[in-house]
Amino acid sequence: MTAIVKLEGVTRTYVRGKEEIKVLDDIDLTIERGDFVALMGPSGSGKTTLLNLVGGIDQPTSGSVEVVGERLDRLSSKALAKWRAAHIGFVFQFYNLLPVLTAERNVELPLLLTKLKRAQRKANALTALKIVGLEDRANHKPGELSGGQQQRVAIARAIVADPDLLVCDEPTGDLDRSTADEILDLLELLNREHGKTIIMVTHDPKAASHARHTLQLDKGGLVAAAPA
Amino acid sequence: MSRLSLVWSSLFRRKIRTLLTLLSVVVAFLLFGLLRSVADAFTVGVDIAGVDRLVVSPKYSIIDPLPIAHLNQIAAVSGVTAVTQAGWFGGIYQDRSKFFPKYPVDPRGYFELYPEYRIDPAQLDAFAATRIGAVAPKQLAEEFGWQIGDRIPIEADIWPKRGGDRNWEFELVGVYDAPTLEVQPVEFLFQYDYFDEARQYGTGGVGWFIVRVDDPAHSAEVARTIDALFENSPNATRTATEAEFAMQFANQVGDIGLMMTGILGAVFFTILLLTANTMAQALRERIPELAVMKTLGFTDVGVATLVLGEAMLLCLLGGMFGLCIAVALEHQIAIAIKGILPTFSISAGTLIMGALLAAGLGIAVGLVPALRARRLAIVDALRGH
Ligand SMILES: Nc1ncnc2c1ncn2[C@@H]1O[C@H](COP(=O)(O)OP(=O)(O)OP(=O)(O)O)[C@@H](O)[C@H]1O
Ligand SMILES: [Mg+2]
Repeated sequence: MTAIVKLEGVTRTYVRGKEEIKVLDDIDLTIERGDFVALMGPSGSGKTTLLNLVGGIDQPTSGSVEVVGERLDRLSSKALAKWRAAHIGFVFQFYNLLPVLTAERNVELPLLLTKLKRAQRKANALTALKIVGLEDRANHKPGELSGGQQQRVAIARAIVADPDLLVCDEPTGDLDRSTADEILDLLELLNREHGKTIIMVTHDPKAASHARHTLQLDKGGLVAAAPA
Repeated sequence: MSRLSLVWSSLFRRKIRTLLTLLSVVVAFLLFGLLRSVADAFTVGVDIAGVDRLVVSPKYSIIDPLPIAHLNQIAAVSGVTAVTQAGWFGGIYQDRSKFFPKYPVDPRGYFELYPEYRIDPAQLDAFAATRIGAVAPKQLAEEFGWQIGDRIPIEADIWPKRGGDRNWEFELVGVYDAPTLEVQPVEFLFQYDYFDEARQYGTGGVGWFIVRVDDPAHSAEVARTIDALFENSPNATRTATEAEFAMQFANQVGDIGLMMTGILGAVFFTILLLTANTMAQALRERIPELAVMKTLGFTDVGVATLVLGEAMLLCLLGGMFGLCIAVALEHQIAIAIKGILPTFSISAGTLIMGALLAAGLGIAVGLVPALRARRLAIVDALRGH
């Protein structure tokens, strides 16, 4: 197996006034291609911060971040944007769909950054919606969908450009148990059937049980890596 | 979905707000199209060549009278085939809101100079024979329900009668129209001779002369000759086309160009603030969305371009609609104000200037939100959710 994520000596500090807060402290982490990792830990332990570094929307204060063979800490903001479009799919707790666009157009959005023709973009968006079981809601706007459905649309958007890595920050945090289970089943399916590597932050042990591995973060450091 | 439709959807996220803002931009550009053209109409030089009818008016102030004695001298100029006089009476019929121009004229002379005006010969005879006779444009007579034989009272505001009496009374002896003209005449005509004898002061003065030239090719020369004739007299003249004369008349009001520029400046300043506020508000509402787009891989510049695109789309759309409405109304307005501003028309230059202004407004309004969108840090913006 090959490593898709490789963090070495990663530190992330925030300066707030005169105070310097070390949110991540000298983290080493390797994640293999095809893995499904749950990242757990108390609130404020730095889970989102770590995920943002892996997803290339934040930069470490020091250390190296290598994801899908690229040293992210060396990329410019523009190069990072291009890299994200090609390699990463994001899923957020609050779905973060664009309310003015239909489900189909939300899913199509990342494809505007590709060279695909309009018809091909539409076809790919519909395929992604089909994978998440929402092809019949293609023309609904987010406001007309339930929370679980919105999260499915968000997942379709995350996979439509066929990324290597899915980065999910509490994807079930705002959903009830059974809806959450459906979403987790979907992620498992994407991992097993479609070969997507997934990193998922969660507070919910039951959610973590869908993953292959669980990582524990506490006070800015990884404390245990238990196999599922 | 294209980028344009993405910009379109984002722009109309709040339909009512966007439509109201759009509407104000439309109105601003409608005003721009019309007022700019009015200002233009005052600066357009009217070519004297090619017209066979000229107007001779006082050189320095069109309020000064010209002596009726000029008439014979003008008639003697070679190339002049006919000449008659007219003047501005002012006057109030019923109340000031019912204004129409009233000219003291020589009945036969006036209708000879204006062959496009159609009047029953018997009525023209009656007009020439009746001291207090008057003729009205058909439309005006219909508007006020005047019948032949009616007495029409006019209150003087410039020209009282001898003895200070302000009440003039005319007898309607005929109506006229101009079937070949798009713009119907509006002037109410009565006898100069009666007017001149009855008025308290100013006897022997006229407002202007109307001259017919034998050949349009001679009009420039005839104009020069007439003006040269009176050059060194206290009553110097200025001979021009009817269009130019009408413009001069309207320019009495003041520097129209400056006034229009002032009004437009105020309008666009207001629109700028209003639209900028709308865009700023729209940006604030969607900071998390913009962060998500950046997360998906849209670059900083890409997101900024989309935001700027919204402002541009709003302003260009508003500008286009506003200018289109102005063009659609152009014909009607030109007809309505032909009497005072015969050269009114919306030029290509005005439309191009309008388009540039719309683009400039779009940039002015969209630049600050676009720069903010560009600077937006993904992580901070997402955290704000
Ligand atoms: N931009 C920032 N400026 C200052 N401090 C920050 C900033 N971003 C994060 N922090 C701090 O870093 C710490 C870790 O934040 P992070 O969001 O990574 O935690 P988390 O584990 O995801 O928590 P939660 O489970 O509540 O989402 C917190 O103490 C937070 O206040
Ligand atoms: Mg978090």
